Amino acid sequence: MKILVAVKRVIDYNVQIRVKEDNTGVVTDNVKMSTNPPDDNAIEEAVKIKESGKATEVIAVTIGEEKAQETVRKALAVGADKGILVKTEGILEPLAVSKLLQKIVEKEKPDLVFMGKQAIDDDCNQTGQMLSALLNWPQATFASKIEIKDKSLEVTREIDEGLETIEINLPAIVTCDLRLNEPRYASLPNIMKAKKKPIEQINASELGVDITPRIEQTKVEEPPKRKAGIKVSSVAELVQKLKNEAKVI
Amino acid sequence: MSVLLIAEHNNKELKPFTLNAATAASQIDTDVHAVIIGHNCEEAAKALSKLELVKKVIQVEAPHYENFVAENFAPVIVKLSENYSHIVSSANTFGKNLMPRIAAAVDTSQISDITKVISNDTFLRPIYAGNAFATVKSKDKKKCVTIRPTSFDPCESSGGSAPIEKAEAGEEFVLTKFIKREEIKSDRPELGTARVVVSGGRGMQSGDNFKLITSLADKLNAAIGASRAAVDAGYISNDHQVGQTGKVVVPDLYIAVGISGAIQHLAGMKESKIIVAINKDGEAPIFSVADYGLEADLFEALPQLLEELNKLNTIQK
Repeated sequence: MKILVAVKRVIDYNVQIRVKEDNTGVVTDNVKMSTNPPDDNAIEEAVKIKESGKATEVIAVTIGEEKAQETVRKALAVGADKGILVKTEGILEPLAVSKLLQKIVEKEKPDLVFMGKQAIDDDCNQTGQMLSALLNWPQATFASKIEIKDKSLEVTREIDEGLETIEINLPAIVTCDLRLNEPRYASLPNIMKAKKKPIEQINASELGVDITPRIEQTKVEEPPKRKAGIKVSSVAELVQKLKNEAKVI
Repeated sequence: MSVLLIAEHNNKELKPFTLNAATAASQIDTDVHAVIIGHNCEEAAKALSKLELVKKVIQVEAPHYENFVAENFAPVIVKLSENYSHIVSSANTFGKNLMPRIAAAVDTSQISDITKVISNDTFLRPIYAGNAFATVKSKDKKKCVTIRPTSFDPCESSGGSAPIEKAEAGEEFVLTKFIKREEIKSDRPELGTARVVVSGGRGMQSGDNFKLITSLADKLNAAIGASRAAVDAGYISNDHQVGQTGKVVVPDLYIAVGISGAIQHLAGMKESKIIVAINKDGEAPIFSVADYGLEADLFEALPQLLEELNKLNTIQK
């Protein structure tokens, strides 16, 4: 079994982002970048499946500028066998990403595609489902548990009401929740070894897909600031404030 | 052209966020039609036809629609979409799972989780866990939009009398099989719509200690929330998680107990009307969004808070 894992390079989750003064976007210059957190879970799950002997190859793919390679390199350092960078410049919408991934899937013919359920930059939560629609494959979104069966997967999904379990036949798409597993850290020897693993570079333009943005981002603004609050000195004062000032109890 | 609203339901009743989505849909265009796909969902379809803002209901029935599998739902909506300029649903796990499958099929770049309708092609949506807001204009002919339910008021659930039309069911997608759903039933208000939410974080230290949160929630008729750390640690189940990848809540009163306030958690609650933070670390970021902060050990503060609230009731009587 071959597993393709899609990873995205985003502003690190610990960074307090800043909106550009001209309101055209957020500041990304000199800002720490990392792998989108649930994409780390996707890689971890694929590597675990390979370690259990149920998969033979894990391929990490990313789409973006040259620097996005770092994200693939990190995936190689925690156990992926091979990397692919699809090179593009500029804004990419999930629809475009899923069309490019479709081409990679057609080329690599994986049995499973994993990715994070949502990217923490645009918060779209679309790519996995879109890819699944384009391929007409089953989808299991928001996965917090995966059990490999013979020619299918049993997946537990986190939904608003609690948990849902579905069985999907292979080939299939799974989007991963942060609770799926605990991603490992890359050891120094593995980081060194990863430098020798191959990363194939493909220009997005070679894939014959229209990736022109369909959405125009006309303005990016800071959220409205909350009015500064106060510290209360005791529980009694808190209750008194909630009752007489805020009038919420 | 009209807007097609995708109703969320459990085959018996409408899910409350359908009412919020109807409001958002009507702000795009007043000619709102609603599609309900399910199995033996007659009652829910009737409830849908009574929504004040819904002009027509399209009901699609088949046994394989019983469990809301997106692979079964999407082709039905794609077929109906020919007659509509917009397709709208809630940005909860139901809509998040389903809408992109429709959008890809109709070759539209979806706009997720909008908090405001600016015009019929321009919307406001949070990005970076709500640390920025983007105004986005769709250039697609057909628009697929999911809406953040807590940013739109629910519409009236009565006053409407929309005709119910039946549409033909599609084929079953046999490669995906529903097995089971584990719902945690509770008499409490729902987290997404509660007027008061009491949330616990890693500071609770154990699942057992969440009893303190439960008692306070009982007292205030509140829903129970949690930070991701508390869910990850197994103190409480995932359906309680508030934050960027959990639920977004906008109650009148949000009480954060033992929650440090990572930006991912703040993304799910910072629009609440009044925020109370109880934390023993005076430097915790949660205090930066709190209207009232109490720097205290929660294991002392919570019993005292219950006692004070009890006193209050006695006085009121």
